[in-house]
Amino acid sequence: MKKLWIIFLLISNFAFAGEAKPLGDDPALELRLKTLSQDLRCLVCQNTTLADSSAPLAEDLRQEIRKLMREGKSDQEVIDYLVARYGDFVLYKPPVNESTALLWFGPFLLLIVGGFVLFRVLKKHAGNEDIQAEDV
Amino acid sequence: MNRTLKFLIPLVLFFIAVGFLFKGLYLDPHEVPSPLVGKPAPTFQAPVLSDASKTFNSADMKGQVWLLNVWASWCGACREEHPVLMAMAKSGQIATYGLDYKDTDQEAQAVLDANGNPYKTIATDVNGKIGIDYGVYGVPETYIIDKTGVIRYKQIGPITEEVLINKIVPMLKELQR
Amino acid sequence: MIPEIGQFSLILAFCFAIVQGTLPLVGVWKNNAALSNLAVPAARTQFAFVAIAFICLDYSFYANDFSVLYVASNSNSHLPLAYRLAALWGGHEGSMILWVSILALWTMAVTLFAKSLPETFRIRLISVMGMVSIGFLAFIIFTSNPFERLIPAALDGRDLNPLLQDPGMVFHPPVLYMGYVGFSVAFAFAIAALLDGRLDITWARWTRPWTTVAWVFLTLGIAFGSKWAYYELGWGGWWFWDAVENASFMPWLVGTALIHSLAVTEKRDAFKVWTVLLSICAFSLSLLGTFLVRSGVLTSVHAFATDPRRGVFILMYLVVVIGGALILFAWRAPKVGLGEKFDVVSRESMLLTNNVVLVAAAGSVLLGTMYPLLMDALGAGKISVGPPYFDAVFVAIMAPGLFLMGLGPLAKWRKASLPEIGMRLRVAAVISLVSALLVPLLMGKLTLMTAVGVFLGIWVASTTLILLVNRIKTRKIATPDLVENLKGIPLAFYGMLLAHFGIGVFILGVTLVKGYESEQDLRMDKNDVAKIGNLEFRFDGTQEIAGPNYMSSQGTFTVTSNGKPVTVLQPEKRFYPVQGSVMTEADIGPGVIKDLYVSLGEPLENGAWSVRIYIKPFVQWIWAGAILMALGGILALTDKRYRILNKKAAKEAQDALEVFEA
Repeated sequence: MKKLWIIFLLISNFAFAGEAKPLGDDPALELRLKTLSQDLRCLVCQNTTLADSSAPLAEDLRQEIRKLMREGKSDQEVIDYLVARYGDFVLYKPPVNESTALLWFGPFLLLIVGGFVLFRVLKKHAGNEDIQAEDV
Repeated sequence: MNRTLKFLIPLVLFFIAVGFLFKGLYLDPHEVPSPLVGKPAPTFQAPVLSDASKTFNSADMKGQVWLLNVWASWCGACREEHPVLMAMAKSGQIATYGLDYKDTDQEAQAVLDANGNPYKTIATDVNGKIGIDYGVYGVPETYIIDKTGVIRYKQIGPITEEVLINKIVPMLKELQR
Repeated sequence: MIPEIGQFSLILAFCFAIVQGTLPLVGVWKNNAALSNLAVPAARTQFAFVAIAFICLDYSFYANDFSVLYVASNSNSHLPLAYRLAALWGGHEGSMILWVSILALWTMAVTLFAKSLPETFRIRLISVMGMVSIGFLAFIIFTSNPFERLIPAALDGRDLNPLLQDPGMVFHPPVLYMGYVGFSVAFAFAIAALLDGRLDITWARWTRPWTTVAWVFLTLGIAFGSKWAYYELGWGGWWFWDAVENASFMPWLVGTALIHSLAVTEKRDAFKVWTVLLSICAFSLSLLGTFLVRSGVLTSVHAFATDPRRGVFILMYLVVVIGGALILFAWRAPKVGLGEKFDVVSRESMLLTNNVVLVAAAGSVLLGTMYPLLMDALGAGKISVGPPYFDAVFVAIMAPGLFLMGLGPLAKWRKASLPEIGMRLRVAAVISLVSALLVPLLMGKLTLMTAVGVFLGIWVASTTLILLVNRIKTRKIATPDLVENLKGIPLAFYGMLLAHFGIGVFILGVTLVKGYESEQDLRMDKNDVAKIGNLEFRFDGTQEIAGPNYMSSQGTFTVTSNGKPVTVLQPEKRFYPVQGSVMTEADIGPGVIKDLYVSLGEPLENGAWSVRIYIKPFVQWIWAGAILMALGGILALTDKRYRILNKKAAKEAQDALEVFEA
């Protein structure tokens, strides 16, 4: 049934087909906007990215970013523009500085220290013929 | 390291985490502090509400302490703070200026006609451009700007009487000195 | 009347939980059989009353009883029946009822299936689970009563959030909670063992199957949730590193570590302190997740309506349960022995290395989730930690672990030789390296990330196959017949293979969809055609249709490839009048190689629409991988070894106890 319907649609509509147009008039710019805004946080509905949010403010900001990009601003300049107004909160990728050092390097430190401790314990564990509780 | 102490590490870490979680209960994750506090307020010129022939220029405000209240007729929380603004206007402590954010003159005027107008002048921001420069993300928001044109305080959300008494009034007293 | 019965049952369940959680422990301590023997009947009665409460609440949803506040807030008379029943866990109060129901279900299972345990251990186990239950029942009764009446009754309900009106809502939360809450059993085993002073091989052997069951549920629950997000949210993402997703992912990571360290403990009686700590941590992270969701300390799409009183209550509860467990740990663990010897390079050490990696990975998720709160609490400003952070840090930590995953299972117990493992894996290494270059080139673009991802995916999958071949070869001398040979390999081994293979499939899915997905934002008039690769999407316009509780504009897209019909996709834009919300229902043409994903944006003038078309290559492999992992867990469970060992071990333990007491 579904198949027949497909064929019917194919025949009936074929003559009028036109090419779909990209929504924005500059696809390259749209792609750049998309890539950039995927790492930015929408301030209104705080758990979506600026790229995915449908809030009016997000729409305004995307419009603003388009304008800035057309003016030839770099991605970093666009980010600076937003951070100057809304703070680091808009960045899903927090900047690396003193206060975020623990965030960025803590997990690796944990991995290294954990690996080191494990290695030492294993060595001790393997070396001891006579294993007792006191030897941890 | 002492053997017994080593086994206390998880407990200590846990209690540190609890401390932060407890503190976290009394913080609002939705409130984003503005990086603009302590910086010069962005200057803007905009048509005055219901009188497009006149222009409000924020540069003219230099030399006085003023309050910029961002509001809109479509904003429910703005009605909540409206009586507080009216009381402030009546007390004459400070000049409150409005920024009508993404609104139509007609609807905004209707709200003022019905509930009273606490503002000295109202600038309009039809496309939200000025709002972006001020980092507005949810109306109402209120800025206190000092004599040199620096933003000293930002209130996100409606001004309650509590906020007025505990934060805004003391700050104004200090700034107006 | 029915809600009052439910409320009353809840209070009775609370009373029985108190009995279950205190008296038997005193009984064991004071050697009073009358008190100890209360454990099982109290636990079962508690289960019965919790079940009655659950049924009463769901009946109120079934009967559209809008005089119950919770029903009025989360349901509507036009809501289809399946969603009405599932709406029970659509809000805060009801999802807590689901929580305690599942906890009671697990306790019931322990009373039924853990019969081979020594009596005192079993009583302690059940009693500890009772203690966990007390807190949650108290939480519901004192802060989150779902049976509260609304007087006068509402004419109709405010409806379930349209985002939740989906088959995913029926399955995802119960399965996820089964996993989440299931770690309470491993937790109770750990506490009972610490109380008992009995941290040994038998303890590990008893804990293992229970932990695996919980892990299987959690794996499936997370996978369901991810699939649901993929088709429901309308922009084709499948994982957002959202605080609540992270809250379920952390116990998964630690639970996975626990399964592996239990293997070491079971085999060598070693690293018991570490294993017991992991058991405590897995459940603690489940509880922490509950706190994060309920208290509103973090912003999340999943966050329930918040109330600081509730947050304080759960936090107090965390302090009692986790703090108590860790104090007990600090007191008892130093007295635990080290166990048998094994070499620095051995299967055992490989399993423990896996633990270090998984715990560091869980640490990165925990740190990323909590850091904004940390900064805010210290007054250091507000920051956001999102996908770019996790993609960088979490992936960087996991990658070496995934590489070692290929080596580990080939290492011999007790003592292994790295060069020998290397020799055995040279074929896999070549295959993986070649595919790491070839696959990206075939897909059209080679980047470092895709090359590394493909390498790791193929590496994990191919080493797993080599492991099987190896096993067959070594058994060939004793059992030449291939079928007999395959039959003789324990199911647990197949389970491990399948789960590891699933990881490989998962990695490939993630890498390829991330590297090669494409997205087009188009403006389409009726009969417009969008050409993407060799596919043509023709927009045949929209039609208005009426659902049971919504209105919808349904678009029709005919997809053809070189003139041949491929599929017809019908994405919708739905309007739910009760909550006045608009939902985007994407339509997906799933495939092994790629998914075609179409969602409607906004209507434009003259029947034109803004349309988003995504091509998502290999995205289904993500969930296929997760399902393979879960199947692997199920296979491992059906292994005969466990059942036999359980009885034998129980007998041994009993004998040992008798000797000790004599």
